[in-house]
Amino acid sequence: MTDARSPLALKIVAGLGLLFLHLPLAFIILYAFTTEDRSYAFPPPGLTAKWFAVAWERPDVWEALALSVKVAALSTAMALVLGTLAAAALARTKFFGREAVSLLLILPIALPGIITGIALRAAFSLADIPYSFWTIVLGHATFCIVVVYNNAVARFRRLSPSLVEASMDLGADGFQTFRHVILPSIGTALLAGGMLAFALSFDEVIVTTFTAGQQRTLPIWMLGELLRPRQRPVTNVVAVVVIAVTALPILAAYYLTREGEAVAGGGK
Amino acid sequence: MTMSATPVAAPPDGLLRRLSDVLVVRRGFYLMLLLVPPLLWLGVVYLGSLFALLAQSFFSIDEFSGTIVEEPTLKTYGELLQPANLDIIVRTVLLSTVVTLLAILIAFPIAYYAARYARGRVKALFYVAVMMPLWSSYLVKVYAWKLLLAKEGAVGWVMNAAGAASLLDGWLSLPLVGGPSLSVSYTGMVLVFLYLWTPFMVLPIQAALERVPGSLIEAAGDLGADPGQTFRTVVLPLALPGVVAGSIFTFSLTLGDYIVPQIVGPSSLILGQVVYTQQGNAGNIPLAAAFSVVPVLIMGLFLTVAKRMGAFDAL
Repeated sequence: MTDARSPLALKIVAGLGLLFLHLPLAFIILYAFTTEDRSYAFPPPGLTAKWFAVAWERPDVWEALALSVKVAALSTAMALVLGTLAAAALARTKFFGREAVSLLLILPIALPGIITGIALRAAFSLADIPYSFWTIVLGHATFCIVVVYNNAVARFRRLSPSLVEASMDLGADGFQTFRHVILPSIGTALLAGGMLAFALSFDEVIVTTFTAGQQRTLPIWMLGELLRPRQRPVTNVVAVVVIAVTALPILAAYYLTREGEAVAGGGK
Repeated sequence: MTMSATPVAAPPDGLLRRLSDVLVVRRGFYLMLLLVPPLLWLGVVYLGSLFALLAQSFFSIDEFSGTIVEEPTLKTYGELLQPANLDIIVRTVLLSTVVTLLAILIAFPIAYYAARYARGRVKALFYVAVMMPLWSSYLVKVYAWKLLLAKEGAVGWVMNAAGAASLLDGWLSLPLVGGPSLSVSYTGMVLVFLYLWTPFMVLPIQAALERVPGSLIEAAGDLGADPGQTFRTVVLPLALPGVVAGSIFTFSLTLGDYIVPQIVGPSSLILGQVVYTQQGNAGNIPLAAAFSVVPVLIMGLFLTVAKRMGAFDAL
């Protein structure tokens, strides 16, 4: 769908919309440098970088960060395996119950996070499972599967079946075909899905509040600071760090999936 | 990818080969092998938990001891239907509807521009510009708005500087949408929700719009439709699955949120907060469970309609 010219009004409205989506994040970065540490006064009375040093010295921040990274890494690994299997099964097939399976896959993100959270909590309490690192991972992996699935299934659909057939005709068995034909074609999509899953898990707060006992992931730490502030500028600094940690994988994921637009043979 | 001839060893007639042959010939078995692990996970962990939740909602709480009585009863649902609780449900559904409608209004022009006019670098830029806020930290975003909306915060300052302070005060003095300050009003809460969920609306609409063939639009023009008619009768109906797909997210996410209303918004509760406090401080898991069955039912209905409209393909 292509048009040469765009109406000026549309340009302005779209531009304002984007501005709305970006200005607030700029404010967080500004506030990380403010000298004012009690209120949200705007404009900041002065600028300083000392809060970065203060945040660096806080062991509670480091502990929360380490837990978040561990949880996100493990959840992503599990989601990669389960999401890819599901995508391989659903990409080009028709079978009884296919619709139900695809509904089940998107359900954990289609239903509000609080439902996933409280449902897991109800199950833990009925089954007498104590809260631990693993209960957090259990919850995170559940909603990360769909992210990997979405990325993988799109690529599987573009992968031309004739390539797989050719590989089989040339004498490769199924596993060789997977290693030499399928995996190279879906690799970047998996990497992208994995990065998005990592970012999603790293940032998840609602499900985590229900599945974590005493453990504090970084978002839980931040929520605590939002409700009972101790040192506001430190929270601002952590917020900037979180923006950076989530932004980089997302940009990387974008470039990975963009280059995969034309998988060889996909156009046939 | 270049199709260089990777030398593939002649297949040995081993176990792998035979297994592979079985899998190729017996598609059903192969499919089953692929599906079992993810279905086991989602079936046991996720559906199992949902059923545990449903089961809890049929338990009740002993008013004297505060312990949960594990006997099936409809008592908790009776409690759910009390006027005060129904109020909370209605308020939350209305709020989610308003947020969804406004999100469509903001998202559509962005998606429309990105799908129809943006090319090359601009298009890539648009995509990243929508992706970044979508994926940047939820709490950071809520926090940013707390800074902006606070009485001494940036929005107030800008309004003052622009000489529009009286406009803001006028809005805040209105019933329902107003309040003592933006950060404790429905206006503030809706703004934050919009900010959080609008990117979820842009991407599916853009995906749907990109699938509208240009030839259809030309044909409409050739047949004498003016741009407005073309938009209403060709573009809009074809974009609708995308709008519905986006609405699944904005609606569902607002319906279940309990953190935003804790930080920004008036003191009256919405559904997510009740679920959270009932299961936490109050220890009334059955009532919390009954409350959370409501969004499940609403979303169930929503998803059924959405599927009929083909919105799943636009996700």
